[in-house]
Amino acid sequence: MKALPNILPIYKRELRSYFNSPVAYVVIVVFLAILGWFFTSNLFLMNVASMRIVFELVPLIFLFFVPAMTMRLLAEEKKSGTLELLTTKPVRDVEIVLAKFFAAWTLLAAALAPTLLYLITVMSLGKVDIGPVISGYIGLFLMGGVYIAIGLLASSLTENQIIAFILSFLMVFVLFILDKVLMYVPDAFASTFEFLAIDFHFSNIVRGVIDTRNLIYFGSLLGFSLFLATVSLERRKW
Amino acid sequence: MSIAVRNLTKLYGDQKAVDNISFDVKTGEILGFLGPNGAGKTTTMKIITCYMPPTSGKVDVDGLDNAEHSLEVRKKIGYLPEMNPLYMDMNVVDYLEYSAQLHGLKGSAMQHRLKEMVHMCGLEDVRHKDIGELSKGYRQRVGLAQAMVHDPEVLILDEPTSGLDPNQIVEIRNLIKQLGRAKTVVLSTHILSEVQATCDRVIIINEGRIVADGSPDQLQQEFQGAESLTLELKTNLSNPLEQISPRLRSLASISGVDLLSTKDSFSRFVLHVDKGNDIRESLFRLAVAEGWVILEMHRKATTLEEVFHKLTTA
Repeated sequence: MKALPNILPIYKRELRSYFNSPVAYVVIVVFLAILGWFFTSNLFLMNVASMRIVFELVPLIFLFFVPAMTMRLLAEEKKSGTLELLTTKPVRDVEIVLAKFFAAWTLLAAALAPTLLYLITVMSLGKVDIGPVISGYIGLFLMGGVYIAIGLLASSLTENQIIAFILSFLMVFVLFILDKVLMYVPDAFASTFEFLAIDFHFSNIVRGVIDTRNLIYFGSLLGFSLFLATVSLERRKW
Repeated sequence: MSIAVRNLTKLYGDQKAVDNISFDVKTGEILGFLGPNGAGKTTTMKIITCYMPPTSGKVDVDGLDNAEHSLEVRKKIGYLPEMNPLYMDMNVVDYLEYSAQLHGLKGSAMQHRLKEMVHMCGLEDVRHKDIGELSKGYRQRVGLAQAMVHDPEVLILDEPTSGLDPNQIVEIRNLIKQLGRAKTVVLSTHILSEVQATCDRVIIINEGRIVADGSPDQLQQEFQGAESLTLELKTNLSNPLEQISPRLRSLASISGVDLLSTKDSFSRFVLHVDKGNDIRESLFRLAVAEGWVILEMHRKATTLEEVFHKLTTA
């Protein structure tokens, strides 16, 4: 943090602006409402007390939820002109990108945190194998991180928030769908497609197996997206 | 803290926004950047503030190349962009604190500086209001406070008074003068009286090129054309134009006489005088000799408006 001293003030401002506006609350409430409905109907109607539904459903909700969270991050500042002010202060572009990334990641964690109530409910009703639950949460957090990085990249490409939303939705949707279309893919490419699919790595982690390959996948995708977002921010200099 | 701009060119596609301009700004100077909309003022300022690089040429701030030492240069500059972008959802003090932090201020030194800025810019009454609720004049003050919070040596202000009412314009101008003391200031505007009121030096820029450079007085002299003289006489002549005009024309260096109005015994004339001649004394003697009473005599030199108009229209 010493070398990049401006991450903290930008991060704080970003987080405050999430919680000053209805964005954070709407996003969290909608997220919890959808998830809660499926969780409780599973619990009461099917008599199933399990966290499985959380790990099946959240990746789907993330497809919409994360682009909605990230669409404004850079697009809004571009449109209002505050980005010009920010980039003419002694601030590195990478600091701006990282600060915004961490702010959105924090909001994501804030949305995920209340789902721990489900875990408590499930634990009070029966025995839970806690290992896979922990690794499942790590998986959700990493997957969310990758989506945020992609959303930030999309937001850096335009000053229109709707376009940013659609772009990031398309990009994460492609990552999501890759291993679900394997039957239409020539056999030679099948394993590549599978390896590139985010669900393939996520489902490994949810099973409780955290492999280095999975971590490298998430890490490199996240890092590469943030790198591209920084480059795209510097694009004004080309 | 000086600024040296050398052979700056900026292309947007094949359109030349700035075309090979060079100038220096000396320490402590207030430079007015004057030009019609789209002349390249904003582009030049964006290049000086490191927002974007030039297509060719370079800018040195205090001897530092602003492409190579971008961070160092940005530390020295306070910038108020054209539309004064602000975070509408932040309150005034929080926003100024944010700007101060980005400039590396912290702790009690920062708190002290924030108080000082709030006081200097007259923001006490609105310090805890959201910026979105403020009037345009107050927002402009916040913009200035933000640009000044780290006590920069160079101030770049892009149209600092645009969109303000006349009272606010005077306030902001005074603020700039007061804050800009002992700083190097570049301010752009298309309001000419502003330049006369605030600047030591003017650069007029048109279609990306510098067309004039000098103090407001110098420019007026340099680009002086024909002068005009308004004259009001009290006479008891029945037909002033026919009876007075030939007498006036007989004076040297008067090229034309127009009658503006005549009512009872009062008549007003506009005399066109060749460049660089002062005929007021001979006019007085003529009037005395003819028995006319001079009620008004007013000499109108070329204004900066006219210089500007001449230079920026083809």
